[in-house]
Amino acid sequence: MKNTDFDLVIIGGGPAGLTAGLYAARARLKVILIEMAACGGQVVISDWIENYPGFPKGISGADLVQNMVSQSEQFNLTVESNEVVSIDASDIIKKVKLADRTITTHTIIVATGASPQKLGVSGEDRFYGKGVSFCATCDGPFYKDRVVAAVGGGNTAVQESLFLTKFAKKVYLIHRRDELRATKILHERAFANDRIEILWDSIVTSINGGLTNVESISIKNVKTEQTKDLAVDGCFIWVGINPNVDFLNGCLKLDESGFIIADSNMATSLPGVFAAGDVRNTPLRQIATAVGDAAIAAFSAEHYIENIK
Amino acid sequence: MAANIVEISDDSFDAEVLKADKPVLVDFWAPWCGPCRAIGPMVEELAGTFGDKIKFTKFNVDDSPVTPGKYGIRSIPTLMFFKDGNVVDQVIGIVAKSKLEDIINKML
Repeated sequence: MKNTDFDLVIIGGGPAGLTAGLYAARARLKVILIEMAACGGQVVISDWIENYPGFPKGISGADLVQNMVSQSEQFNLTVESNEVVSIDASDIIKKVKLADRTITTHTIIVATGASPQKLGVSGEDRFYGKGVSFCATCDGPFYKDRVVAAVGGGNTAVQESLFLTKFAKKVYLIHRRDELRATKILHERAFANDRIEILWDSIVTSINGGLTNVESISIKNVKTEQTKDLAVDGCFIWVGINPNVDFLNGCLKLDESGFIIADSNMATSLPGVFAAGDVRNTPLRQIATAVGDAAIAAFSAEHYIENIK
Repeated sequence: MAANIVEISDDSFDAEVLKADKPVLVDFWAPWCGPCRAIGPMVEELAGTFGDKIKFTKFNVDDSPVTPGKYGIRSIPTLMFFKDGNVVDQVIGIVAKSKLEDIINKML
């Protein structure tokens, strides 16, 4: 086997990346985890997680990530803050181009996750950080006794809207369909909460305000075509996610939504490259599924390395 | 917290930031904010690299609400870059370390 800097390069430091790192470090692979910003990924914006087993009372996203980081440190996983600009993975020796240098490896696990999708309406970018937010646990407390809108109908939208009611006196949950996609227990809690008013069949058409902050949103009922303005101090957006795959430059096969296609061994369309977590095409995107993917991906990478030796 | 990161408040903001003799990075954060905690190590790394040229500060918006209100902060983490008492750049949320390095290099 030809020499490389590493056996395995893991790209992304969310639950999938950290789990892959834990397994690889315990397998004594020469492994490095590259995280662009701060470890944790989308989990750190989650105020409370109650569907990840082992924490009967639930745990905050930030604490769960801190636990995962500490656990990987126990086994001396190397984590570097750096940006992966591109990868060249067509050969047996794969190159990972970072912001300041290029490293070589035999295997790669892509665990870059996903980013919140924008609405794509006027005012959204202009008021980002001035009333438009994607993170209730960061910004909820700024809206004490105020009125806010929350856009979406999935688990994240409903869970985070419930969290917002701890601060805001009123939360308009704006959903484009006539029923929520969120899991049943969240439905029940949302319906039982008198601070939440659900506006069905409605989409946001613009976010409006003055120089410094959001003052209202314009919404349209998709069935009746009726439009109206709602006075709100903030607008939280949870309408889905986009996979973080730009750096791949199309070198891996993606599904029609842009997620990486990987088989049950987490193998992608290129030998030696594996995918795990939210960036993979998978029917469910949870912390529990991400860590499961990652354990398999690390196991598959270890086997791949043994076979080319 | 790294030794070269100064904890500041509404009371010390004027002296520590606006009247500072070198550029200042202010990390507006709160204990309840997960992403604020997550970027902590990255800010500490930057303080290690650039600490001699830039003053690194942390500002708890829970303890001191006046200054964040004055600067219209409605999202944290917000990193604000000051030079000669003026805001020269600002970053909201978790961003790549390289982006912060670019801003710092431009400011120096």
